Amino acid sequence: MKNLTNIPFVISTFVLLLMATSAVGSTLKVCTTCSYTSVKQAIAKAKPGDTILIESGVYQEHGIEINKPLTILGRNNPVIDGNFKGQIFTITSDNVTVEGLTLKNIATSYTRDDAAIRVVERSNVRILNNTILNTFFGIYLQNSDNCVIKGNVVTGQDVTDMNESALGNAIHLWYCDNAVISNNRVKGHRDGIYLEFVKDSEVKNNLSQNNLRYGLHFMFSDRNVYTHNIFRKNGAGVAVMYTRDIRMENNTFEDNWGAAAYGLLLKDISNSVIHNNTFRRNTTGIYMESSNRLDIQRNSFDRNGWAIRLLSSCSDDVFKLNNFTGNSFDVSTNGNSTLNTFSNNYWDKYSGYNLDKDQVGDVPYRPVSLYSMLVERVPPSVMFMRSFMVDMMDNIEKVLPSFIPENLVDEQPMMNKIDYDNDRKLAQVVR
Amino acid sequence: MSKIIKYVFYDIVKNRIVLAYTLFLLLLSIGLFNLGGSPDKALLSLLNLVLLTVPLISIVFATTHFYNSYEFIELLVAQPINRKKIFMSEYLGVACSLSGAFVLGVGVPVLVFGASTTGLYLVLTGVFITFIFVAMAFLASVITRDKAKGIGIALLLWFYFALIYDGIVLFILYSFADYPLEKATLALTALNPIDLGRIIVLLNLDVSALMGYTGALYKSILGSLWGIGLAFGLLLLWIIVPVMGSRRIFSRRDL
Repeated sequence: MKNLTNIPFVISTFVLLLMATSAVGSTLKVCTTCSYTSVKQAIAKAKPGDTILIESGVYQEHGIEINKPLTILGRNNPVIDGNFKGQIFTITSDNVTVEGLTLKNIATSYTRDDAAIRVVERSNVRILNNTILNTFFGIYLQNSDNCVIKGNVVTGQDVTDMNESALGNAIHLWYCDNAVISNNRVKGHRDGIYLEFVKDSEVKNNLSQNNLRYGLHFMFSDRNVYTHNIFRKNGAGVAVMYTRDIRMENNTFEDNWGAAAYGLLLKDISNSVIHNNTFRRNTTGIYMESSNRLDIQRNSFDRNGWAIRLLSSCSDDVFKLNNFTGNSFDVSTNGNSTLNTFSNNYWDKYSGYNLDKDQVGDVPYRPVSLYSMLVERVPPSVMFMRSFMVDMMDNIEKVLPSFIPENLVDEQPMMNKIDYDNDRKLAQVVR
Repeated sequence: MSKIIKYVFYDIVKNRIVLAYTLFLLLLSIGLFNLGGSPDKALLSLLNLVLLTVPLISIVFATTHFYNSYEFIELLVAQPINRKKIFMSEYLGVACSLSGAFVLGVGVPVLVFGASTTGLYLVLTGVFITFIFVAMAFLASVITRDKAKGIGIALLLWFYFALIYDGIVLFILYSFADYPLEKATLALTALNPIDLGRIIVLLNLDVSALMGYTGALYKSILGSLWGIGLAFGLLLLWIIVPVMGSRRIFSRRDL
């Protein structure tokens, strides 16, 4: 209380507060009848920390460089039309926010990789709630740390029969650490979200669909987390390559269906966690190559062609408490690999019994069928799918196993489908 | 000739077996369409059924029918009618009544519940398979006069095409796994009407995505109208060759 009587202190506080309001900056309005009729003019006149408020209307602009910390805010859906002449925003300053705009029409440019919004070697940039239509690249970040990309809608074109090289990525990050990519909806590009050399970032609640190549693509990007995303109808849902320490949880991979389609494509990845995901109607649920020390638990594999294709270059992977239902092939492998562990999974093809009523089957289950091995070794034999001979072979092999890998086995298959909602109860049973 | 066909046709239709066959197919297809969620799934199950039961029933029924109507055939041969005509009328009468039963039993449910190109292919395949296996049954019947032997040969033929053939091909593929076998597989499947029919239908279903490179090769060949025409042409050849062969044997043989 004594401090309040300290008049110089009170005065200095007020002065500081006044300065603070001036630091927040003034607001420059852009509209067809305002003093600024183009975004470029407003940016040229703005001081660092100002807000540029763009009212609704269509602005034919391209090549806008944001070279000071500004907030670009759209009100009532203003549209900036690039007219296929070049990039719309190039951000070359820290602490920029771009929010609430509709950006459209960027031409395909093989030499410059034009994007609607490009951030060049800056940090703390926030790109929020924008709609980006008909562009080559959507949002392109290079060497930019601590950025937030949230709530954007990036829509490309119908990619059927397109060439991969003719398309850009919706959200593209290159050498960006600590990024947060959330609540975006991306479709119709080459890769929905592309991360290369991106570390310690978070990708969550995104919807990535109808992309030609991958819904989400990781290259050399360690320690990232992606959760609660939906990947639908992409060439492959998610591709994770040459990385480690990734957490993949609560994602949905569905309808990634086609001759070379995958739900989750893993190549040279290690020490990662794949928990509580749903793989539904993918040609291949998880394809694993040279992937080591992965913890794959509580996932649901439903109606896939292959639930898991585990190449023999994988080792120390643990598959536990997963549900396998309605897949054409549960697990297929090309070798005799015995280095991975399957336990306590539910397999709908399991026909064993349970005498001691402990919810765990008394007979081990071998998830690799003879025919799936044959297909892996001699691909043309896939043409005999659904032939009676094949069904007969599989059944005989099930009764008298002699060819299928002896050690690729679930010693304790579950009798009933695992209900993930009350998994605590289940854990008691298993222990 | 049409008179004889008509007679054979009505004779078979009056027979309870064809009626039972129709009902059996009808019940199974309606059941499958109402059981599985999507029509595609029902078509897939129906395909398995068609490829297993239709050849078996066609071949067994046609063989027994041929032996049972031996006296009638002898009577006809005594008339001033060309033997080839007698044979063809018998053949067409049996094949048409069985494929009629198939169209009623499977074609109508497919049309009602899952009308699509795939469904059309399935029905067409079934009709072709019926014609092919009736032709084989006739071939088996004209080879030997002994009924038991004839039915034995017919069953062996069914067993060969439905099961053994696939086993042999899989064994060949496995033994020569180091060679590019896509084209060889294509040729080998064309040599079995059941495989050919199965692949025509499978390629038009979702499952085809699982077939990888070989499937893509098949699709590039069988995907076009020309390719489908070629496949059905091959099936037609599967009808013509045994029919011509057995007709030749029948017209020369001492009854």
